[in-house]
Amino acid sequence: MRFSQISVLFKRELSSYFATPIAYVFIVIFLFLSGIFTFYLGNFFALGQADLSAFFTFHPWLYLFLIPALTMRLWAEERKSGSIELLLTLPVTIGEAVVAKFLAAWAFTTIALFLTFPMWMTVNYLGEPDNAVIAAGYLGSLLMAGAFLAIGSSISALTKNQVIAFVITVVVCLVFILSGFSMVLDFFSWAPQIIVETISSFSFLTHFYSVVKGVIDLRDIIYFLSLITFWLFCTAIIIEMKKAD
Amino acid sequence: MVNIKNLYKEFGSLMAVDDISFQVNRGEVLGFLGPNGAGKSTTMKMITGFLTPSSGSVSVDGDDIVNDPIKVKQRLGYLPEGAPAYPDMTTIAFLDFIAEVRGFKGREKSRRVDETIQRVNLDKVVYQSIDTLSKGFKRRVGLAQAILHDPDVLILDEPTDGLDPNQKHEVRNLIQNMAKEKVIILSTHILEEVHAVCNRAIIITNGKIVADGTPTELEAKSQYHNSITISVRAAADQANELRKSLLEVSGVYKLEALSEGDSGLLTYQVFPEANRSIIAEISQHIHQQKWEIEEMFVNKGRLDDVFRTITTGV
Ligand SMILES: Nc1ncnc2c1ncn2[C@@H]1O[C@H](COP(=O)(O)OP(=O)(O)O)[C@@H](O)[C@H]1O
Ligand SMILES: [Mg+2]
Repeated sequence: MRFSQISVLFKRELSSYFATPIAYVFIVIFLFLSGIFTFYLGNFFALGQADLSAFFTFHPWLYLFLIPALTMRLWAEERKSGSIELLLTLPVTIGEAVVAKFLAAWAFTTIALFLTFPMWMTVNYLGEPDNAVIAAGYLGSLLMAGAFLAIGSSISALTKNQVIAFVITVVVCLVFILSGFSMVLDFFSWAPQIIVETISSFSFLTHFYSVVKGVIDLRDIIYFLSLITFWLFCTAIIIEMKKAD
Repeated sequence: MVNIKNLYKEFGSLMAVDDISFQVNRGEVLGFLGPNGAGKSTTMKMITGFLTPSSGSVSVDGDDIVNDPIKVKQRLGYLPEGAPAYPDMTTIAFLDFIAEVRGFKGREKSRRVDETIQRVNLDKVVYQSIDTLSKGFKRRVGLAQAILHDPDVLILDEPTDGLDPNQKHEVRNLIQNMAKEKVIILSTHILEEVHAVCNRAIIITNGKIVADGTPTELEAKSQYHNSITISVRAAADQANELRKSLLEVSGVYKLEALSEGDSGLLTYQVFPEANRSIIAEISQHIHQQKWEIEEMFVNKGRLDDVFRTITTGV
């Protein structure tokens, strides 16, 4: 992997988000929904706490629909328009292209997340929150977004059809969320503890909520990073196998 | 310089490329001819490293495209079929991107980009986004992208497809101007193009090479090669006599009437026996018979005729 090539591809990808209204629509929806979730559904004011836990609690659900909308075009569009043939006959490797596209999508999500800073200002205005916990929340949210994006990247590589890519990504991501849900875990209550724990350990929620609480455990970080690596690896393999179709 | 050895590509049960081997050297402009579905694009995709061959190898100066892809790709320029690009980028942003991927920076980058824009006449659309460009301009953007780094090997998949005659002419000029220092492989199904730009042609059909030679050599395979078209001023009722007399000339194999109407002109195509030239004999015969000749010329042969014969087996 050559950093120079990744950075050139990254730049092109990231600016392509802003070449169309997609970026702005995405950001507006993201901010709007964050607000709704936090202030209405999250009972932000009623709780009377000066923190952002209500805000972060809803991020998995926010990402469930927004991230697939972002990743559906990642590879599907390249395949559909044929530009993949141009891209992969330039002096870049598939790995570099996969990483660059992923990083651009991640950077874009970071920008959207960054634009929620008025929330952070609001809680600091209203009270004296633990800003370290809030920082951990942002970190956890970014890591989880990365995992969603990497899954989306793989699935976008599987098809030329963006709608199909969207739907399958939502379903796969949902599985990763639900496996930590107490309802789902209850369903497996007959099974030995170890199995229940394994299922739950695969969940975004388990790891995400532990980071959001302000407990930055290396294992949670490793969990997300290895998930990202795994799915990006899959993306590269899928592209290698399916690029000609 | 470019060495292609026993190349195969299977798609399921279909053998799209079936044992293709050839070598191309600097200065050669190789026309890749064949009907639709012959395997031209598939071969080019393997040469440029987009597809991995089922077996066989492609190398440029000894470097293998599968084992050393980056090194080879740096020396290749490729215009894929249909000239795909990133539609929401402007021409200039796209070429800047290509230049950066090709490793150019700073002043060298702007110089390359400007120079290429001049070369393919893109000045008018520099700030226009690619999806709003006409087909001709899109194709030129594709060409610009392929030649920006002055590659040693240029692979062009149907570079003039869908262009108007002026645009075709421009693209051919461009190719000719680059021909000397490069290897150029272009696919086409327009046969006049082969004459216009290629000094070698390979005809493929069903994934196999069925002819390989200079355009002139290929034309010589035509049944029209060295045939003579002759128009004699004579009345229609003299036709039978004229035919008989022509067929008696030594070396004449057969003849076809092109027009025997009442226009006062009888026109024939006279075919020689294999590998013979009969112009001298025919001239002499005309002279002896004191025929009044309106027109007479030797045919070099027609590439499209060769193409049809070879690719359909008729
Ligand atoms: N990705 C693919 N999957 C299956 N078959 C393919 C694929 N690409 C090409 N083919 C088939 O291979 C044959 C050769 O195609 P191609 O190389 O595009 O021909 P040409 O460029 O000479 O028109 C055709 O029969 C085509 O349908
Ligand atoms: Mg083709």
